[in-house]
Amino acid sequence: MIAMLNAPHVIGSYVVTFGAIALYTWRMLARARQSARNVPPEELPWT
Amino acid sequence: MDPTASTPSTTATVRRPTSTRFTRGLGVAVIVGAAWVALFGLVLSPNDALQKTGVRILYIHVPSAWLAYLAFIVTGISSAGYLWKRTRSLVWDRVAGASAEVGVLFMGITLVTGSLWGSITWGTYWTWDSRLTTTAFLFVTYIGYLAVRGLGGTLHQRARRSAILALFAVLEVPLVHFSVKWWRPLHQNESVAEGELEDMMLFTLFSGIVTFTLLYVWLVIHRQRTLALDDSVAEHGLDAALAERRQEALQ
Repeated sequence: MIAMLNAPHVIGSYVVTFGAIALYTWRMLARARQSARNVPPEELPWT
Repeated sequence: MDPTASTPSTTATVRRPTSTRFTRGLGVAVIVGAAWVALFGLVLSPNDALQKTGVRILYIHVPSAWLAYLAFIVTGISSAGYLWKRTRSLVWDRVAGASAEVGVLFMGITLVTGSLWGSITWGTYWTWDSRLTTTAFLFVTYIGYLAVRGLGGTLHQRARRSAILALFAVLEVPLVHFSVKWWRPLHQNESVAEGELEDMMLFTLFSGIVTFTLLYVWLVIHRQRTLALDDSVAEHGLDAALAERRQEALQ
């Protein structure tokens, strides 16, 4: 288990990593939803 | 063409416009993998004899760095794909842009986690050693690349200028990777190649690399589709503006 001395650094690095990825993903998907409202369905050939 | 006059997208496609069955399956695998890495990285893997708990940062720091390298190399290859006349397509450009953006994200994570790790092992968050300096330079270069992508012009003008820049920028990747061999900095050498890790540590690190690679694929697929939607909106907006001007001229 993690010793108390370095816990802020170790846990902080995991929080920063997964937090940054989650934030980026959320913003990207929100942007996609916003753009999708302004294009016809044929512009989404992958769906 | 007026986008508001088009057939409206269905609720499902508007809610998840960049999603497919494949990406949903991949997303579930990434979430499971991330939980796995956190469990093994923070709880189940042993402490290192020398670095103690600091070694736990390795399981996210190294996969992030690997992903950033991979992302920038994919950006370079996709840019070459766009510039080569036989394969010229805006899809290459979008993959290049998506990959660069994801690469910048992971390079930023690499710098922050490396800084936290450095604070434990070296007693300082930052030092101007060759690995850190070249990594920061690579990070700034690709921020510049993303800024160049945001400049005005047509889609093909954007694609051409950013592809040329990407072909130069990718040359920095080997510089960063081999900086630990060429200049013998404070940053450690490759622990994996030198066999310094125990089996459980290697397993956790391998889990991190696999999970982050799957995450990279998921992010790039979604981001390049988002870019395709943005390009489509821009084109439709231009078409609508031109139609409006023509209408004004006729009146």
